[in-house]
Amino acid sequence: MSGLAVTRLNVSHGAIHALHDITFSVEPGQLAAVIGSNGAGKTTLLRTLSGLKDASSGAAQWENREMLGVKPEDLVRRGISHVSEGKSVIPELTVKENLVLGGIWRGDKADTAQAIEEVVELFPRLGERMSQSADTLSGGERQMLAIGRALVSRPKLLLLDEPSLGLAPLVIEQIFQTVDHLRHKLGLTVVLVEQNAMSALEIADIGIIINLGHVVATGKAKELIDDPALRAAYLGY
Amino acid sequence: MESWRKARAAVRKKIAFFILLGWALLIIGDRVDELRVYQGAQIAMYTIALASIVLLTGYSGQVSLGNGAMMAVGGYSAALTLNNLQTPIWFAFLMAILVSACFGSLLGAAAARLSGPYLAGTTLALAVGLPAIANQFSFLGGEPGLLFDVGFPPERFGEEFTQYKWFFWIASVIALLALFITSNILQSRFGRTWRAIRGNSLAAELAGIHSSRMKVLAFTISSALAGLAGAVLAMTISLVAPGAYSLTLSFALVTGAVLAGVSSLPGVVLGGAILVAIPEIADALAGRFGNADSLNNYLPGLITSVLLILSVIYTPNGPGENLRKHLRKKHAH
Amino acid sequence: MQKVIETLLIGLTTGSIYALMSLALVLVWRSTRVINFAQAGQAMFATYIGFEISSRSGIFWLGLLFAIVGGALLGAGVDYFFMRVLFKHANTGPAAVVAPVIATLGLLGLIRSVVGLTWGGEFKTIEAPASTDGYTIGSTTIPFSALNALIIITVSIILIGLALLFQRTNLGLALRASAYAPEIAKLAGIRTAQTRTIGWAIAGGVGGVAGMLVTSNNFLSPYSLDLLLVFGFIAAVIGGLESMVGAVIGALVLGIGLTFILNYVGTSLVFIGGFTVLILVLLIKPDGIMAKGKGRRA
Repeated sequence: MSGLAVTRLNVSHGAIHALHDITFSVEPGQLAAVIGSNGAGKTTLLRTLSGLKDASSGAAQWENREMLGVKPEDLVRRGISHVSEGKSVIPELTVKENLVLGGIWRGDKADTAQAIEEVVELFPRLGERMSQSADTLSGGERQMLAIGRALVSRPKLLLLDEPSLGLAPLVIEQIFQTVDHLRHKLGLTVVLVEQNAMSALEIADIGIIINLGHVVATGKAKELIDDPALRAAYLGY
Repeated sequence: MESWRKARAAVRKKIAFFILLGWALLIIGDRVDELRVYQGAQIAMYTIALASIVLLTGYSGQVSLGNGAMMAVGGYSAALTLNNLQTPIWFAFLMAILVSACFGSLLGAAAARLSGPYLAGTTLALAVGLPAIANQFSFLGGEPGLLFDVGFPPERFGEEFTQYKWFFWIASVIALLALFITSNILQSRFGRTWRAIRGNSLAAELAGIHSSRMKVLAFTISSALAGLAGAVLAMTISLVAPGAYSLTLSFALVTGAVLAGVSSLPGVVLGGAILVAIPEIADALAGRFGNADSLNNYLPGLITSVLLILSVIYTPNGPGENLRKHLRKKHAH
Repeated sequence: MQKVIETLLIGLTTGSIYALMSLALVLVWRSTRVINFAQAGQAMFATYIGFEISSRSGIFWLGLLFAIVGGALLGAGVDYFFMRVLFKHANTGPAAVVAPVIATLGLLGLIRSVVGLTWGGEFKTIEAPASTDGYTIGSTTIPFSALNALIIITVSIILIGLALLFQRTNLGLALRASAYAPEIAKLAGIRTAQTRTIGWAIAGGVGGVAGMLVTSNNFLSPYSLDLLLVFGFIAAVIGGLESMVGAVIGALVLGIGLTFILNYVGTSLVFIGGFTVLILVLLIKPDGIMAKGKGRRA
C-alpha cells in the first residue's frame, strides 16, 4: 500500500533492545498519534524512520519504497520531514535563514520563497520576526519555526516529535489546531508522537500506543479515547 | 595484612625482574658490536622518553606534544650544570630531573584546565618555539649548542670497555631505575587516580579526586622523565643543541607511544626499538634508491608519519587492545 | 609617533596573514570539531605548487591561483579520504579523543616528508609581486612597502569574499548550518558530509593564499610554515575558535602585538610573547575575546 507501513521493526541502543517488532501502518493523508509514557521508545521510532538511527531488523516503507538505512538527507528528498524533539531550530541563524534551510536541497529559490510565504501565512508571528536570531524566540515560536522549516521542504510525510513539550497549554492548543488544519489543507500524512495523549488523539485518525518498546494497542483514535481500560492506563481517567 | 604481604612480595618480584633484566643487558652488551651497543643506549633513552608519554597521555589522558621541549630543558640543565659547576655526572642528571620537573609543574598548572585540541595546540606551540628560544640566548650556546661530555669510562673497567659501552651502561641503568619507579607509580593509587580522571573527570571530581592537582602532578613527573631522557640523549651525542630537540623528535615520541600502546608501560621498550629501527630501515631503503640527500633527510619522517597514521586509525589504543578484542570475540563463541 | 604608526602598519600586514591561517583553522574546527594541524602541511604543499608555477611563468598571481586550487583540492581530499576513515575507525577507548589530533599531526609529517622528497629541503624563494622598498613620504622612508599594502588588500578581498559567501549564499548557509547543528541540517535535507568537504576545500584554498603571501620575499622550506601554524592557532584561540570574525580579530591583535614586541623589545621575546598570550587567554578568558558566554567545548 502507499503510505507508511512499518513491519516488525526492532531497534537497539547498544545492548538495550528499545523497540520490539513494531508493526503498524498509516494510510496516506491520515494523522497517526503515537502515544506512550516516557521512555517508551517513541522518539527512537521517529529517529529510526527519519534515518538518524539504524534498525537492527524489520522494514519500514513509505510509498512502497524501503526507507530504513537511507540517510536522513536523502529521505527529505523523498518527501519525509522530521521535526525532532526539542524544537529543532538552529539558534545561531535568523528565523528567515532557518526557513530557507529547508528549501536549499531543492535548489529552487523561487519555490522556496513561495513556500516561506505560505509558512508565514500559517504562522504570522514568524513573519514579524524574520530577521531576528532564532534564539530570541519563545518556546512556542520556536516550535512554529521548526514546523515551518519542515514545511518549506514540501513534505508528504511529516514526523512530529512531541511538539507540545515544554509549552504552555494555550500554545499547545494552537499548535495542535494548526497541525490538524495544515494536514488537511496540504494532504499530509502525519505521525505525531506525543505524551499529551488526549490532545493528540483528538486530532488523530488512528492511534498507536507504545509501552516499553512494544505496540500495545492500535485502532481508530475515537475508539481508543472511548476505551475505558486504555483511558485509565494512558489518558489518566 | 594479607594484602600488604602480597604487595611487598610483588615489589620484591619486580625488583628481581629488573635486576635480572639489567644483568641480561650487561651480558648482551658484551657480546654485540659497537653499533648495536650505541643503539642500545638510544633505545634506553627512548624508553625513558616514551615512559613519560605513557604516564601523561596514556594514564592521565593529557595529550602533550611538548615532551621534546621538556627533553631539551633536561638536556640543557644537565649540560649547564656539568660545564659550569663541574659536578659529578650523576648530579648533572639529577639537575636535569629537578629543573624539568619544575618547568613541568609550571606547564602543568597552565595546562590543567585545557583539554584535547587546546592542550595539544599549546604544547605544539611550545615544541615549535623552544628550540627558537635556545637560539636567542647566548649562554645556551645558540645554534651549535653546548658540549655535554660525560667523560671516559672508569679505568677499572679495562681497555675493552669502550665509550659506547659506557653510554649504554649509564643509559640502561638510568632506564631501568626510571622504569622501575614509574611502574610503581603507575600501579599505585596515583596511577589509578589518573586513569579515573582520564576516564571521566567529572565523576572523578565527585568521588573526591582533586583533578587539577593530579593533572599537574602527572605533568611534573612526566616532565621529570622527559628531562632525564633529554639528558641521556645529550650524553649519547655529547651535545645539546636546538636541532636535537626539534618538532621531529616530539613527533617521533608520539608515534612510538601510539605504536607501542599509549597506556602500556612494557610497550615502551618495543616503541623505543621501533624508533631506533626506523632510521636504519630508512637508510637501507635510501641506499637502494641512490642515497639522494632528500631521501636521507625525509624518508625517516615519511616512514614515521605513515606508521603513526596507520596505528592511530587502526590501533589507537595500541596493538594490545586489538589483541584483547580478538581474544574476547573468540571467548564469546 | 612615527615608529608607532610603522609598527601598527607592519603588524597589520603580519596579522592579516595570520588571519587567513586562523580562519582556515576555525573553518575546519567548526565543521569537523578537529584542530587540523595538517593545515600547515596543506598550505605548504599549496605554496610549493604556487612556487613551481610562479617561477616557471614569472607571474606571481598565476602561482597564487594554482596555490588556491591546489590547496582546495588537497583540503577536500584530506577530508574525503582521511577524515572520514579516521572517524569510522578510531572512535572507542581512551584514545578516541586524542586520535584526530594525533592523526592530523601524522598527516602534517606525511605531507612534509612528501614535499621534502619531491622538492628537497633547500630554501626556495618566490618572487614578490610588488616592491619591497618602503614607501617614501617626503624625506622619510617607512618600512611599510608596496608588498605589505598588497598583502593587506589581498587578504581584505578574501575576507570580504568569504563573508559574502557565508552570509549571503545558500552554500554559506548550508556550511554554517552543518557546522552549528549537523543533525538539524541533515533533517532539512542538507548533504552535510559533502558540505563539510567543501568547507575543508575553502580552508585549504585560504591556507594556500596564506602560504604564498607569507613566503613572497621570504624563504620556502618544508618547515617554513610551522610558525605560521602556531601563530594562526594562537590567533584562533584568542578569537575563541567558534567565530570567524573572532579568528580575524584575534589574528590582527596578535600580529600587531607581536610586531610591537619585535620593534620595541627585540626578536628574542617574540615567541615567548606569543606563547604567553596564548596561555593568558586560555586561562583568563578561555572562550576567547568574542565569546558570548558559551563554554569552551572541546
